[in-house]
Amino acid sequence: MKWDEFFVTGEPLIYGAMVSIVLVSLAILFGLTYYKKWGYLWREWLTTVDHKKIGVMYIICALIMLFRGGVDAIMMRAQTAAPDMKFLDGQHYNEVFTTHGVIMILFMAMPFIFGLMNVVVPLQIGARDVAFPKLNAISFWLFFAGAMLFNISFVIGGSPDAGWTAYFPLASIEFSPTVGNNYYSLALQISGIGTLLTGVNFIVTILKMRAKGMTLMRMPMFTWSVLITCVIIIFAFPVLTIALLLMMFDRIFGSQFFTMANGGMDMLWANLFWVWGHPEVYIVILPAFGIFSEIISAFSRKNLYGYSSMVASMVVISGLSFLVWAHHFYTMGQGAMVNGFFSITTMAIAVPTGVKIFNWLFTLHKGRISFTTPMLYSLAFIPIFTIGGVTGVMLAMASADYQYHNTMFLVAHFHYVLIPGAVFAVIAGFHYWFPKVFGFRLNEKLGKTAFWFIAISFNVTFFPLFFLGLMGMTRRTYTYSAETGFGPLNMLSMVGAIGLAIGFILLVYNIYWSTRYQPRDKTGDPWDARSLEWSTPSPVPVYNFAVAPEVKGRDAFWFSKKNNEPLSNEKITKIHMPSNTGKPFILGIAFFFLGFFLVFSWWIPSIIAGIAVLIILATMSFDRDHGYYIPVEEIVQTEQKLRGDTV
Amino acid sequence: MFVIFTLLLSGCSSLTVLNPKGPAARTLSDTIIFSILMMIGILVVVYVLYIFMLTKYRARKSNEGYEPPHEEGNKWLEILWTAIPIVIVAILSVVTVKTTVAVEKVPEGYENQKPLVIYASSSNWKWHFSYPEEGIETVNYVNIPTNRPIEFRLYSFGPITSFWIPQLHGQKYAMSDMVTKLNMVADEPGSMLGRNANFSGEGFAHMEFEALAMSPADYEEWVKDVKDTAPELTQDEFNKLLKTEHVGRMTFSTNHLEFSPPPEGHHHGGDSNGNEEHQGHKELHPDPATTEETEFDSESNVNPDEPLPTSPAEESSTHQHDGH
Repeated sequence: MKWDEFFVTGEPLIYGAMVSIVLVSLAILFGLTYYKKWGYLWREWLTTVDHKKIGVMYIICALIMLFRGGVDAIMMRAQTAAPDMKFLDGQHYNEVFTTHGVIMILFMAMPFIFGLMNVVVPLQIGARDVAFPKLNAISFWLFFAGAMLFNISFVIGGSPDAGWTAYFPLASIEFSPTVGNNYYSLALQISGIGTLLTGVNFIVTILKMRAKGMTLMRMPMFTWSVLITCVIIIFAFPVLTIALLLMMFDRIFGSQFFTMANGGMDMLWANLFWVWGHPEVYIVILPAFGIFSEIISAFSRKNLYGYSSMVASMVVISGLSFLVWAHHFYTMGQGAMVNGFFSITTMAIAVPTGVKIFNWLFTLHKGRISFTTPMLYSLAFIPIFTIGGVTGVMLAMASADYQYHNTMFLVAHFHYVLIPGAVFAVIAGFHYWFPKVFGFRLNEKLGKTAFWFIAISFNVTFFPLFFLGLMGMTRRTYTYSAETGFGPLNMLSMVGAIGLAIGFILLVYNIYWSTRYQPRDKTGDPWDARSLEWSTPSPVPVYNFAVAPEVKGRDAFWFSKKNNEPLSNEKITKIHMPSNTGKPFILGIAFFFLGFFLVFSWWIPSIIAGIAVLIILATMSFDRDHGYYIPVEEIVQTEQKLRGDTV
Repeated sequence: MFVIFTLLLSGCSSLTVLNPKGPAARTLSDTIIFSILMMIGILVVVYVLYIFMLTKYRARKSNEGYEPPHEEGNKWLEILWTAIPIVIVAILSVVTVKTTVAVEKVPEGYENQKPLVIYASSSNWKWHFSYPEEGIETVNYVNIPTNRPIEFRLYSFGPITSFWIPQLHGQKYAMSDMVTKLNMVADEPGSMLGRNANFSGEGFAHMEFEALAMSPADYEEWVKDVKDTAPELTQDEFNKLLKTEHVGRMTFSTNHLEFSPPPEGHHHGGDSNGNEEHQGHKELHPDPATTEETEFDSESNVNPDEPLPTSPAEESSTHQHDGH
């Protein structure tokens, strides 16, 4: 292989990206060395098993990936802003929309949600960490290895170009001969293993580590949503694992599962992909529902309306999510009866989702609503997401879908679901829980300005796409002629995309500004909120709770404040904590190289990296580390320092 | 927003999907408009409640110190907002199933006419249209007679594509290992845009064709003209054509179905007796041992006189019919 086959060449944009990657990497290395931060980085972050720090690392990665996916989005909008644009060629455009989809779903939305899950869930249930802290670190580093592997594809070897759905036979070696789709199968596989482990970890954590008195039906709604999400994960992700494995065999080892010849079935890939892919949508949406439930309740100063039906509706959604996959290909010709069945199951999901919308509206009823930044995102979610929901019902109607399928109408619909659903939720959650982790709030004025930019620009960007779809514009089309009449609405959409970009830049600027100038919060409860995480001091000390809380009902912290009853009368005792370990990080590196070598079919290095993975796993199995104890004096000191002198 | 929406829907003929030129697309367009109206009804309810809650219960100076009540929920309200959506979904389900069945069949009123069969197959980024009845073939354009049922039989020489003429019917996939069917009628003459709607690689954006509906007399004349003047399509030429990425329009006086039959083998479909009840029990049997036959299967299903299947899932043809 020559170097110009290894590196992607001939694209000025990609040369620019290469230069900036090298410069940024050098700057980081120089900065770490100059400020002597290598030790700090290793001790405090790379080897940490603390759920809060792992959560923060997930969120940092998610923000970087949001930038990457966002740049992809802007490039796509720019290329289609006017007829016959020459900004990107067909191949480059195909790579850009493929990476945009994969990154936004799997390397932005998922880690952002996992980050919030990691930070919040143990605190909400009154636990000191997750059930398996070391496994949690492994999950993160596998996700990180997968994300990095996927991201280097655009400079080394070439990006995948068959869409985030990677339909066969287009994604087969015959029609997609570059290594791009090898990256797809291996990067998703590695991070997918991490996701599966997270699912197991959080189910055990939530089932086994709740505070005394916290029955399942007393759990905060976000914790409930995470529990149900994790159940979906452990049923859905094995399907992806197998599908990707078959894909890898097809592409690297010459098997014929999905190819055109020798009995391969391209429809099988589409089925397997969506058997995972549809539940995946609910994996990112249900925690979002949980976040909105927390925030709407907190800023209405009311308990969540219809708690039991909120839980029931999520359980019903999780069940139905496995019965709707064929609605992604009504047009495959399976006949009216099969399509009718999947139409009905799909529309049925609107019922529990509608229940949730009305419960949120009635949580607002008789409340005292304050419009903070997290609340603004949560409130904007309701009307925008409802548009996404009703267009979803329209798409669910098989006959009508013959006209919407593969068009911009569909693109508009799923952005109307995923952006107000998942993205608004993680941004709302980010603003809401930020003071818990860092000890100060983000600036409200900047936060609200960013919100209005994002909320308005979102609609300007995506509402025109509904009409473009009805005009017959198909998705994934890199260019069109002026006669089609698609030009003006696409230009409008481009304007919106610029507004969205400004909104996100303001959001990031707010983090910088607030870090420097915002006053520190000494109360630990800046929003006057309701659940247990707000009973800890901010930033939360490593052990979370100085004494384990005891719970007598829902919204335990709220009633402890109202009734002036402490959450626990126990004395502070020494606390047992897990020790840090570098092995998960090293395992991630080994997996990264295993994936990388397999992408290029370099067998000897692959085998060496594979053996390295096995050795690291084996040494982990024989680890005898029983953790350590934090003495009482240290706990008392920490609490005094964080809370002023009130303890 | 709704006002703009409805105005645009009713007044704007550039919304191709809502500007049908045939009964199938008309059914779909009606279904879409019906569902939009219903959805606007739902949106209005949610938005009115939403605006009411936000204006009435927002925190003001005047209600400082107001302590919101603790509310667990209300059984009857919750039953109400479960039951009403169920009714709405039930109505939509009935409409969906009815219209889906309707658009899969030959459009109502045209059942007694013999349909014109056209094989539409995709390769790289172009479309081949083979007329078995007339024995001719075109590339990247298709001419059809008005007021006669057309049965497109779709397959692909490569990645999955989706055959779509929005003003006549919704789309359907064309795949390499089976043939799918799309029944439609054009009820007025005119030129319409058709295209591949499913991403299929680099040249996908340019994979368009013209569908031209013409009066039966004009159509007959055009066929006769093609037969008299167009060149023959040889196997060599066809293989060369398959490899080409893009071409303009082409016309041939013979078609490729003879030497390159479509993937309709006995292992691809059920029975051809057209009886729905019986077909339900027929299984696909993709036996790997017989797969190789596909390429050499001389029993290609190019005979338009055979009985019509009722649904594309019940792919016709097979060892039972007598070939040609």
